[in-house]
Amino acid sequence: MIELLKTIEFEPFLLSFKLAGITTLILFFISLPLSWYLSQTKSKIKPILEAITALPIVLPPSVLGFYILWTLSYNSPLGGFFEEVFGIKLVFNFTGLVIASCFYSLPFMVQPLQSGFESMNKNMIEASYICGKSKFETLIKVALPNIKPALLTAIIVTFAHTVGEFGVVLMVGGSIPGETKVASVAIYEFVEIMDYKSAHVYSGIMVIMSFLVLLGVYIFNGRNNKKFGV
Amino acid sequence: MIKIDIFKKLHGSNGEMQLDVDLEIKEGDFIALAGLSGSGKTTLLRILAGLEEAKGDIKIGKELWQGDGIFLPPQKRKIGFVYQDYALFPNMSVEENLLYVQKDKKLAKHLLQITELEELKNRLPNTLSGGQKQRVSLCRALMNRPKVLLMDEPLSALDPKMRMKLQQEILTLHKEFKTTTIMVSHDPSEMYRLSNRVIVLDQGKIIDDGKAKDVLLKTNGSQKFSFEGELLDIIKVDVIHVAIVSIGQQLVEIVISKAEAEDLEKGQNVLVSTKAFAPLVKHI
Repeated sequence: MIELLKTIEFEPFLLSFKLAGITTLILFFISLPLSWYLSQTKSKIKPILEAITALPIVLPPSVLGFYILWTLSYNSPLGGFFEEVFGIKLVFNFTGLVIASCFYSLPFMVQPLQSGFESMNKNMIEASYICGKSKFETLIKVALPNIKPALLTAIIVTFAHTVGEFGVVLMVGGSIPGETKVASVAIYEFVEIMDYKSAHVYSGIMVIMSFLVLLGVYIFNGRNNKKFGV
Repeated sequence: MIKIDIFKKLHGSNGEMQLDVDLEIKEGDFIALAGLSGSGKTTLLRILAGLEEAKGDIKIGKELWQGDGIFLPPQKRKIGFVYQDYALFPNMSVEENLLYVQKDKKLAKHLLQITELEELKNRLPNTLSGGQKQRVSLCRALMNRPKVLLMDEPLSALDPKMRMKLQQEILTLHKEFKTTTIMVSHDPSEMYRLSNRVIVLDQGKIIDDGKAKDVLLKTNGSQKFSFEGELLDIIKVDVIHVAIVSIGQQLVEIVISKAEAEDLEKGQNVLVSTKAFAPLVKHI
């Protein structure tokens, strides 16, 4: 067993975690204002925004991957612009993966945050306004600290979901070792070349890690709910 | 002087209605706002706080809060608001809840002393009892030395003993801060004890306005006692009829005539009144 583990290349895992970490960080800052707005607004465009945000959940990853690939490639205005002006390629590299992941995992960050904000006592938010505090200060000092379980869920699920993504990554990133070959893609390739031993080890590691992360979230949320009397 | 002249269409539980209130309040007054549920009391408070929009003007002294194209947000109105469900910030200790409004440690300490909460200042709100939470909420509402203090049924969730204690504290704080106060209440004894003016709303309109004694006493003419209650039962005992009536939290037996017994039905709301007798009042 140990012999086997020694032969395993861990780069795809590191790449998966690097991608998931960066994606989660970016999405946190994008989703915070978005989910706050969605939870507070009574505007008519709310359902439209909600539907767009939720699209990546229902769309096949290939559809999403195709559109992202098409938008970011050199032949599209956006991709062409970036390449000509900044000299940055947006597809088949790590940058492209991050952009694609941000789209793909957006709902997993926005939805828990939004439902967390929506389940808060509305009077508490108003009380903060009456105390003279701005919306931003209320968000940071009152709203966020009181949705810790939802916040943790959002961060962990986004991270885990990005680690677990496959279709979009394959389409936008391909499988370049050290650049875009993440763990899920590596497993796919092992199976393709019938290296079942490596596929087993990789898959086993993924299952165990995912389980431990989720277990941690549920234990933390259980404790936290008791503490705040939710 | 506080001038309120507002108008708003409401979609209440009883269909559509117009909230139409034209009111002048003297500074330092303690107003009790009464009326059935759905009569617009809470909405009126929320409009005053700037949490809901309405047509019309609100002027506090020389300051225009609303009207002439001006609408001050709640942040700029200098109000205190006390909710029935306290609305404390669960992530902050008692003291932090107060200091969140204004970093005035002296005032916070003073308020916590008056309400006997000083020893609990480092506790989180969810470890406190209902009465303690509402006292924190009251202190928090006074932290920015508000021009108007609004209270939406602040004591309804508390037991009678705690209610009495808090009424006393509200009165003490009102005397000290001289804040104009508007309190929604359903409890006549509370209104009588605290307010110097009672305003009754019905279907969005003011239907009664005056001193607590004049508005709340239900007796008229030569009646000495008059209570509303629900007729629970009529029992025939030999030749007399006894009515069992639920008044407030108590059941009473009243001897009624045969004619009265035939005229009444179980479940009806009845008025029990009497004229000439000398009641005894003793402490218990």
